[in-house]
Amino acid sequence: MEKKHKAVALISGGLDSMLAVRVMQEQGIEVEGINFYTGFCVEGHTHAIRNHDKDKQKRNNALWVAEQLGIKLHIVDVIEEYKDVLLNPKHGYGANMNPCLDCKIFMVSKAVEWIKENHHDGFDFIITGEVIGQRPMSQRKATMPIISEESGAEDLLLRPLCAKNLPETLPEREGWVDRSKLYDFHGRNRKPQIALAKQFGLTDFATPAGGCCFLTDKNYSDKLVDLWKARNSREYEMDDIMLLKVGRHIRPSADFKLIIARDAGESKFLEGYRKEFISIHALSHSGPMALVDGKLDEEQYTLAAAIVARFGQGRMADEVELDIALPKQGSLQVKTPPLSAEQVLQEWYV
Amino acid sequence: MSKQILDARKMLCPLPVIKAQNQIKLMSQGEELDVICTDPGALHDIPAWARINGHEVIATQQNDDELVITVRVGA
Repeated sequence: MEKKHKAVALISGGLDSMLAVRVMQEQGIEVEGINFYTGFCVEGHTHAIRNHDKDKQKRNNALWVAEQLGIKLHIVDVIEEYKDVLLNPKHGYGANMNPCLDCKIFMVSKAVEWIKENHHDGFDFIITGEVIGQRPMSQRKATMPIISEESGAEDLLLRPLCAKNLPETLPEREGWVDRSKLYDFHGRNRKPQIALAKQFGLTDFATPAGGCCFLTDKNYSDKLVDLWKARNSREYEMDDIMLLKVGRHIRPSADFKLIIARDAGESKFLEGYRKEFISIHALSHSGPMALVDGKLDEEQYTLAAAIVARFGQGRMADEVELDIALPKQGSLQVKTPPLSAEQVLQEWYV
Repeated sequence: MSKQILDARKMLCPLPVIKAQNQIKLMSQGEELDVICTDPGALHDIPAWARINGHEVIATQQNDDELVITVRVGA
């Protein structure tokens, strides 16, 4: 019996990787999916935090896609290794703090590594849903060979959706895959993908604007840069990444920033960090939980409390009493008039 | 049959799934893993992961803010 060839597919949860897998399955290739978790992935996270997201379906799109395709999915934690990609991107950043080209090279190289580690499962090549011209930084004609070369994948990397615009890869040359049945998609027009999805009977798929990464988001990138600047270091931990996704971030001083919950869901989430951060919440009125990231001297207690009071039910009161809890040091109570909207300066908002 | 416990409290998805996946890799068919977590997203993601990878969620308990999802390791 002829050997069934096997590919590992980079699965983001979007339509393109879904189609790439289906195209391979049509040719009798056995596919398993791999999904890399950098910590900046939009999937999941904030759905679990904010109140208004509670009604949204909490599905993880990569898992959902894998289930629709009937393939296994391996999710790989690359949080630590990804730091070097973000901090030292050889090919630079996109419009924000998104190192898209280095990120793609990194992920394909991890897939190469993964194939080697799982050699007993007999993977023959790698596929991605890349389309030439689809993304301004990482998916251009010039970047396709760079990704193949710098990842170490070389001609083991096949992009079924735009393969006809690219040199032949090993699976095509060896006849494992019929090149004539691959595609020549290019550019940002999504119509060919939508038509192919229809042909495959796929009607429900995620089409996230700006991709699936927080680093492509300007507000998120601004907060990350602010964090690095304030700490005078570009080191970060998983908790830092998470907290940048939550609440209003207000920096009234170079020494500290307040993270103020925007709803009950975020308040509850921030409560989980009270052992590590100074936290502030109103006692005399209902209001949000706030964390202090940085150092707070005694003179700044009242300022921080007055800002937090501004975002609670006591915002129009003459005075609000707040609790300031210091990790392992107990707490103190402060009475202060809330700041007015104008007193919370625009430039404080990160 | 031996049972293992994974503490994935405070972690947000997909981390509880990743931790469960990595632990299950080291377990044998038929063994059970209790995943304790606080992210309600895990209620959807762990069963989805189990289904596509040939494992089975055999029980789900919810106590206050904590969830315990029991996965039986498949072949």
